[in-house]
Amino acid sequence: MRVNALAVFTVLYLLVLYAPIVLLPMFAFNAGTVIAFPLQGFTLEWFAALLNTPALHEATLNSLIIAILTAVFSTILGLFAARAATRYGFPGKAGIVGFIMLPLVLPEVIVAISLLIVLMQLGLTSGTWSIIAGHTLICTPFAIAILQGSFSNMDKSLEEAAIDLGETPWSTFRLITLPLVSPGIIASLLICFTISLDEFIIAFFLSGNEPTLPVYLWGQLRFPARLPVVMALGTILVLLSVALLIVAETFRRRGLKRVGLKDTGGFL
Amino acid sequence: MSTYTKLMRTDAAKGLTLVSPTFLYALLLLAAPLAAIVLLSFWTQQFLTIQRDFTLANYTEALTDPLYRELMLRSLRISGLVTLVTVTLAFPVAYYISFHVRPERKSLWLFLITIPFWTSYLIRVFLWRVILAYDGPINSGLTLVPVIAIITLILAAIALSALVFWAVGQLSLRALLAACALTALAALIWLVAPEGGLLRGPVIAEPLGWLLYNANSVVITLAHAFAPFAILPIFVTLEKIDRALLEAARDLGESYAMTFLRVTLPLAMPGVLAAVLIVFIPTVGDYVTPRLVGGSGGTMIATMIYAQIFDLNDRPMGATLAVLAMLLVAAVLLWGISRARFWLWLADRMGGGAKGAGIAAALAVAEIALIRAAFLHGPAMMGPATASIALVLAASVVSVAILLRLPKGRWGI
Amino acid sequence: MSQTSTRTPIVTLTGVQKYYGDYHALRGITANIGQGEFFSLLGPSGCGKTTLLRAIAGFEDISEGQILLDGKDMEGVAPNRRPTNMVFQSYAIFPHMSVAENVGFGLRKSSMSVAEKRAVVGQALEMVGLGKFGARAAHALSGGQRQRVALARALILKPKVLLLDEPLSALDKKMREVMQVELIKLQREVGITFILVTHDQEEALVMSDRIAVMFEGEIAQLDDPETLYRRPKSRRVAEFIGMMNFLPARVLGEAGGRVGVEVQGLGPAELEAAQCPSGATPGAAEIGVRPESLTLLYDGQTAEGGREASGTVREVVYYGDMTYYDILLDGTPAPVRVSMRNMPGRRVLEFGARARLAWDPRAMVLFG
Repeated sequence: MRVNALAVFTVLYLLVLYAPIVLLPMFAFNAGTVIAFPLQGFTLEWFAALLNTPALHEATLNSLIIAILTAVFSTILGLFAARAATRYGFPGKAGIVGFIMLPLVLPEVIVAISLLIVLMQLGLTSGTWSIIAGHTLICTPFAIAILQGSFSNMDKSLEEAAIDLGETPWSTFRLITLPLVSPGIIASLLICFTISLDEFIIAFFLSGNEPTLPVYLWGQLRFPARLPVVMALGTILVLLSVALLIVAETFRRRGLKRVGLKDTGGFL
Repeated sequence: MSTYTKLMRTDAAKGLTLVSPTFLYALLLLAAPLAAIVLLSFWTQQFLTIQRDFTLANYTEALTDPLYRELMLRSLRISGLVTLVTVTLAFPVAYYISFHVRPERKSLWLFLITIPFWTSYLIRVFLWRVILAYDGPINSGLTLVPVIAIITLILAAIALSALVFWAVGQLSLRALLAACALTALAALIWLVAPEGGLLRGPVIAEPLGWLLYNANSVVITLAHAFAPFAILPIFVTLEKIDRALLEAARDLGESYAMTFLRVTLPLAMPGVLAAVLIVFIPTVGDYVTPRLVGGSGGTMIATMIYAQIFDLNDRPMGATLAVLAMLLVAAVLLWGISRARFWLWLADRMGGGAKGAGIAAALAVAEIALIRAAFLHGPAMMGPATASIALVLAASVVSVAILLRLPKGRWGI
Repeated sequence: MSQTSTRTPIVTLTGVQKYYGDYHALRGITANIGQGEFFSLLGPSGCGKTTLLRAIAGFEDISEGQILLDGKDMEGVAPNRRPTNMVFQSYAIFPHMSVAENVGFGLRKSSMSVAEKRAVVGQALEMVGLGKFGARAAHALSGGQRQRVALARALILKPKVLLLDEPLSALDKKMREVMQVELIKLQREVGITFILVTHDQEEALVMSDRIAVMFEGEIAQLDDPETLYRRPKSRRVAEFIGMMNFLPARVLGEAGGRVGVEVQGLGPAELEAAQCPSGATPGAAEIGVRPESLTLLYDGQTAEGGREASGTVREVVYYGDMTYYDILLDGTPAPVRVSMRNMPGRRVLEFGARARLAWDPRAMVLFG
């Protein structure tokens, strides 16, 4: 097949898409303290600085706790909804599922301020647990999207066959359903973890005095002297996200293979 | 078996039971808080206490104060522009992946497109600030590097990607050699071009100041951030198009271009619509991008909502602005969808072709002119708040009427 | 006659009704299915045959009526506690397990030792001709092999009744014919009652001891294949099973248990009461006659009792072993279809040729 203008356009598009990320390591290893060209030489100083910044470590720990719990909660909630949506017809289904998926399109700032205002009006202090609650809300639609794929790829008669052969509904879930959707569950956990780890607005509104990693980063962006360190941190985060994504994608493909389907596309 | 047991064994009961935890969670953490901000928007802040009397004062103020009005309009304008840019640029990419990439390679391409999206949003936006800065790579490149060097570099990049395409068997050797020859020619000119000549001089003398801290930079950054959100839905819709339909159109005598216009594009419209929704709605409320790259000219409504709540400690006003932003987005989307349906219906009704399209376009222009007139002169005639409400209400009533009266058209809208 | 089985009933359906909201899927199904019988539920899609099968398996609750399995009322009994096993239309082979794990799936809770289980699985695989396939990954099997795995898996628990939901519809024509014969053999070998759901009348005729033809949630006729084919009780059953000509006729009267009719294009005929499933009220009626019951007469041949008619060939469809002719009988508006076996020395008539045919009143059915 001949290459055409479309292919050239797509390649240029990809280049622009990657442009910011390509810059990141350049400045992370750049000896100069100003984030501008031309580059000043190679250094590992900024990565070393990451090691002795206790505030950063606290924020990281905080973010990890939030991301792990968010991933677990959203995946559990996602399992319920995805299962209901793929297996059963019930009155008001489109409305209910649509409402659950709403955070996918709602501006995050709306979700964030409405949660914040409720907390404030109830006189509760916001903090880690409220961020988890908010993140679970916005991650659940992603979990549902992924899990719905896994559930709908699974032939309904597989479960019926197990029940027909004497298994109870619960042991059927354990022996048949769970193994077949487990790649989807792992992918969902990883995606929700990644989203929560990166999420800024809700964390920013609700964090109180326990910043998450993005909130900490936001604070650092105001100090020009801290920017090279931020670049180093960003480089690590990018590598981490990409690694997680590759793992998630591998699991998704393995899941497809397991049920004997051909791969047709990525997430969502 | 009792009636209750029987009832609980129906699909409806099982489905509802199963979905209820997630649904309750969404009700508790989304519906209730949304209801709370609507309620709060009707209250007022009096120094440190909140006055719990029902009042429209916040709305009147929000719709009257030129600052709020300007911010809301600018948010819509910037988001509209972002949507236009993002979806227009995304379509060819989605089309290329769906129609020209081998099936087993498609997921790799999609993966490549989604990777940048999964990396820290904050850092990506911040990097655009670096790229677009007065001393950033674009400006320093354009002011320091000679024109001919840039041309050579671009050609070299094209030659390099040509090499990759040739290697995976998607390009003829002749095309690859042509790309290499052009690069070599440019390099040669670079060597022999006279010192101080036009080719040896920089592209621009002064750095471009308009790249950063205004609406432009916000549009560029958001268009970048939302690229995968536009590509994926369009790609999914394009994938669903039965390729036999396109062959049928060619078989019936249509050219490649006309097949695209008459078959592919209409069938892809539902995906385009989804892309528009998924880009337009969240970008209206974006906070990070305007704050980092927007400067004063690129400030959007979310910044003001944040300021009201945290800096001015006026939560009811913050709630009011949030509610207004949502209503405005809803009204704009309603307008867009209903008018698209109406214009399409009208064009068909008027016999299609150039005549139908012309009549529909004329009507569209007329309505937009009318809205513009009402917007410009309304405030002077009946006060800004009343005029705004009247305009939005009138437009929305017409939108709802169209949506209720006309069936879904060919584009799935 | 064969409507009630002489065997001991293993499945007894009494007035089974099923509603999905307003939709009435099963409208009072009553039937006995005997021990060791090969029983088919035949009908067009949406007739309720799969719903009935799933109700027997326990996957659908019935709205009214009773299902007895081996004398026990099945109301409220979950599918995993019923003495039935099922072969699913999609086969439902567990993709994450090997062939042997699939076949042995139902043995998880049995008290057998591991070695015993392995032996039982091995026997089951031998039985369906997959002796060497135990270690294979399930998703690497062909359609026919999946079908065999599904069969072995369902039979391993020695169910009282095996339920088969369109088990052959996913196979190509050749494979389907092979599996039909194998299923019959297998059923004879294990002696278990098979209930087969199919929309393919030929499949039902080939395999079954008895067939229940279903339309719109009701059993239209329940008979053995031959009776069903030769004596359909209604025009609709006749149309669904095989091919049949319908000729306008007039019932003249009844005398001494025999019904006199005048058939358009053929002539007068006398029928037995058994040939008139809906009775014989004098007046307009229809005569059904199968294409193979009309015989072309070649030069010099004559029909027994002078029962012959002549017409013009309007269509010739050559099938290799058979030729189908549409013949417009003189004085009639619509052609009749005649099928003739092709033999050496028997020439195929051409379009437009004159033809004579013989007919036999014993092969006719009267529809009121």
